Amino acid sequence: MDEATIFEKVKKIIVDQLRVDENLVTMDSNIQEDLGADSLDAVELIMALEEEFGIDVQDDEAEKFKTVGDVVRYIEKRL
Amino acid sequence: MLNGKVAVVTGGGRGIGRAIVLALGKEGVKVLINYRGKKESALETLEELKKLGGEGEIYQADVSVEEEVEKMFNFVIEKWGKLDILVNNAGITKDNLLIRMKSEEWDQVINTNLRGVFLCTRSALKIMLKQRSGRIINISSVVGLKGNIGQANYASAKAGIIGFTKAVAREVASRGITVNAIAPGFIKTEMTDVLSEEMKKKVLDEIPLSRFGDPEDVANAVKFLVSDEASYITGIVLNVDGGLAI
Repeated sequence: MDEATIFEKVKKIIVDQLRVDENLVTMDSNIQEDLGADSLDAVELIMALEEEFGIDVQDDEAEKFKTVGDVVRYIEKRL
Repeated sequence: MLNGKVAVVTGGGRGIGRAIVLALGKEGVKVLINYRGKKESALETLEELKKLGGEGEIYQADVSVEEEVEKMFNFVIEKWGKLDILVNNAGITKDNLLIRMKSEEWDQVINTNLRGVFLCTRSALKIMLKQRSGRIINISSVVGLKGNIGQANYASAKAGIIGFTKAVAREVASRGITVNAIAPGFIKTEMTDVLSEEMKKKVLDEIPLSRFGDPEDVANAVKFLVSDEASYITGIVLNVDGGLAI
């Protein structure tokens, strides 16, 4: 899966979970500051990503995610 | 309107759990009757539920065992496709004066009564968070508020449930999920039946409403807290005890 495909999937999950406009979601958007995710949103987001991509994301890894791009690149590495 | 909702009642085969199953079933809620050891009681409860025109299933699982709990909630989703209500009711007693209490007696009560609530709630929330709705009712006890001789383990677990209820209520409130506790007083069940007449008389003297409670008294409180009318209530401990805790 290439970065663009992963990004589209991640974007869809973020739009669903956080109920934000899809135009707001770019590789550079900060998940908490720009997209307004609270701590529970972040956990739900991780759970949805785990389900979508069939991976396990450890808490210490998840804590490092700041932008959508961080998430996309992490998933790309893991797949 | 509770009709068509789906509930899990742990320890639903007997005592207070049975009354909760029947009260919800009567309203049209589909109920998973969880039990650990007494299959016959669970089957009796299911029969009664069906007689009332209700729908349900029995399911064997030890609430203190992680894998069993996860499987149980998967079963609910396979069976009914959603989960609206969780009633953490399963509980045991292993009474002993603290100085005589074995660590096994401590562990067993904490595991079933408190760890069980944690495991079931965690599994239920994975479903409810996605739904953006849900009701969780934890059955605590007046003993968790006042303590009781010979029940340091039980009192600790039941007080723990109250802290748990308040913490989780805060965590999930933004998702339309409410979490409340009920603290029953002296309710007529097999659990309290074993107490001596002398002990019962002593308790009765302390109850302002001068009677022991029926399992239905607790079930009525559950029915209220899971109803639409209670949608603005979360994180409370509702005493159902005839005034015992005043």
